[in-house]
Amino acid sequence: MNESELGISSGRSWTTRRDKKARQLAKVEKLVKGRIIPADRIVEVLENLIVTGDCVALEGNNQKQASFLSKALNNVDPDKVNDLHMIMSSVSRPEHLDIFEKGIARKLDFSYSGAQSLRMAQMIEDGVVKVGSIHTYLELYGRLFIDLTPNIALVAADKADAEGNLYTGPNTEETPTIVEATAFRDGIVIVQVNELVDELPRVDIPGSWVDFIVVADRPYQLEALFTRDPRLISEMHILMAMMTIRGIYERHNVTSLNHGVGFNTAAIELILPTYGESLGLKGKICKNWALNPHPTLIPAIESGWVESVHCFGGEVGMEKYVAARPDVFFTGRDGSLRSNRAMSQVAGQYAVDLFIGSTFQIDADGNSSTVTSGRLAGFGGAPNMGADPHGRRHATDAWLNMITGESQIARGQKLVVQMVETYQNGHAPVFVESLDAIKVGHDAKLPVAPVMIYGDDVTHVVTEEGIAYLYKARSLEERRMALAAVAGVTPIGQQCSVEMTEQLRQDGIVALPEDLHVKRTDAKRSLLAAKSIDDLVKWSDGLYEPPAKFRNW
Amino acid sequence: METLTFKFNATKSVPKHAYVGVVASGDLEILLEPSKEEKAYVVVRTASDGFGETWKNLLDRFFAVHDIAANIEINDFGATPGMVSMRLLQALEVCSSEKTER
Repeated sequence: MNESELGISSGRSWTTRRDKKARQLAKVEKLVKGRIIPADRIVEVLENLIVTGDCVALEGNNQKQASFLSKALNNVDPDKVNDLHMIMSSVSRPEHLDIFEKGIARKLDFSYSGAQSLRMAQMIEDGVVKVGSIHTYLELYGRLFIDLTPNIALVAADKADAEGNLYTGPNTEETPTIVEATAFRDGIVIVQVNELVDELPRVDIPGSWVDFIVVADRPYQLEALFTRDPRLISEMHILMAMMTIRGIYERHNVTSLNHGVGFNTAAIELILPTYGESLGLKGKICKNWALNPHPTLIPAIESGWVESVHCFGGEVGMEKYVAARPDVFFTGRDGSLRSNRAMSQVAGQYAVDLFIGSTFQIDADGNSSTVTSGRLAGFGGAPNMGADPHGRRHATDAWLNMITGESQIARGQKLVVQMVETYQNGHAPVFVESLDAIKVGHDAKLPVAPVMIYGDDVTHVVTEEGIAYLYKARSLEERRMALAAVAGVTPIGQQCSVEMTEQLRQDGIVALPEDLHVKRTDAKRSLLAAKSIDDLVKWSDGLYEPPAKFRNW
Repeated sequence: METLTFKFNATKSVPKHAYVGVVASGDLEILLEPSKEEKAYVVVRTASDGFGETWKNLLDRFFAVHDIAANIEINDFGATPGMVSMRLLQALEVCSSEKTER
């Protein structure tokens, strides 16, 4: 038998994906001008390029939305194109779900659906949306290269040139990841751009990965999701921030970290230059960050606390400030920020000492969830960072500090910190007997309850009452008591007696503010390095340009 | 608007009065005067009705550890129980401190 006979006997084509792509491209030859799709023909082009049942990655991103393309997809004729399998890291816009009601799409794999969480839960329950899985960001990106490789990618960029090279600038986010997975397995990459230019500031995605460009009728939707107005930071946030700096960052020598978004963590950022400075901690903690460009980090950067920040995405208004601080931020030759969600998620999972974030509910075992009754918000990236990555092998002081046993092969641990007030506004207890996620998961027929961070990964819980050093607990019972000791007057908190709390304090498993030499009466707003958005602008020397909704002066 | 009153036995005296908190939504103000009686009297005026049980639990826990002889007046503007606890402990810090109030 010779080689050609072997080839014949296998009897299959090895180029079905490539052939299909060629057939689809041929169909639109007369509708497009080379790489350019005229904006007014976009619906027709999509109807010809997309085949019923195709796997379509639509850039519903965290901050950036391919809003022109999602509207166009929502306008295709469901008789021509239907039953699509959508992949969206973030389900953000109404039409992201409208396409399911029309039958254009049927199946969905996603990560996050914050803005659409109520409708999402309802549509899943009603069987309108058939969910493959709800992922963390990294899982979904990973699966693009394994078993969810798109036939079509619909993404957004700032600028393109005639060769199809793309500039995504500060808002690069996950566009390169989606495009790479699609382009290198014979999918079709369609990009909406704000403008077509002769020369790009820099190339973020090479033109040979891109099939079509369409100039959108208006710029893609972009939300400022990580801006927190310092005016809304309370003295309770400040008290918790002081405890966290003393009882966790200083105690464990935390040099690299990720902050979730919220007023608690904004308070930490804003008292580093004041309270942190008074403790002599500058240069010792909080040096290297995986973080979006939080405006509330500006005072710490300006005071010399921060060596580096790698960003998942951009933040509206921070462009000029970031560009003026290239020692700190990752910037291109053109000077502007290069964000990359996939890389920053990897960094936040494997390369930082600590993750700290807030949540809506925590159960007696420390499991937490942001899912509340009737709302299915998905996961986003917090579970990647709020977990101890067992693949980690490099040691840092903080990581080694988590070792409690005497074993010869003991390993360190990522610090995973939950920072919550014992009650939310409206008097809903954060500490609960049973997470709402269990019922929501059941109603949506999910295979497992949508838990954001599992209790066995949580090393510390900070509340206004104190800090529970859960990693030090010697038994499950002791762990539960430590959590209860800082759970205030919630039903969980009532389970820990005064005597038990005293014992846990003596054993160093629970610390109250007085144990950390934090005076509650020192928790004043005067500790905030910036007390308003206007103060942040001043700290930035006018480089930070807050969006209109945050301007209140 | 609801007014709640509580009484506790007390053994510890405190040297001086305290005023903490702010008049603002989601916050509260606490006025604390030392008492010569071995009792603590607490009057709560709250904008959020129907949380008597939570107030009782919260004050029970506070006085179980800090049984101070004082008359305490609380004006609550919808503070969370966490905020109330923090303010009570701040009031305790102030009234127990020998230094002059800043």
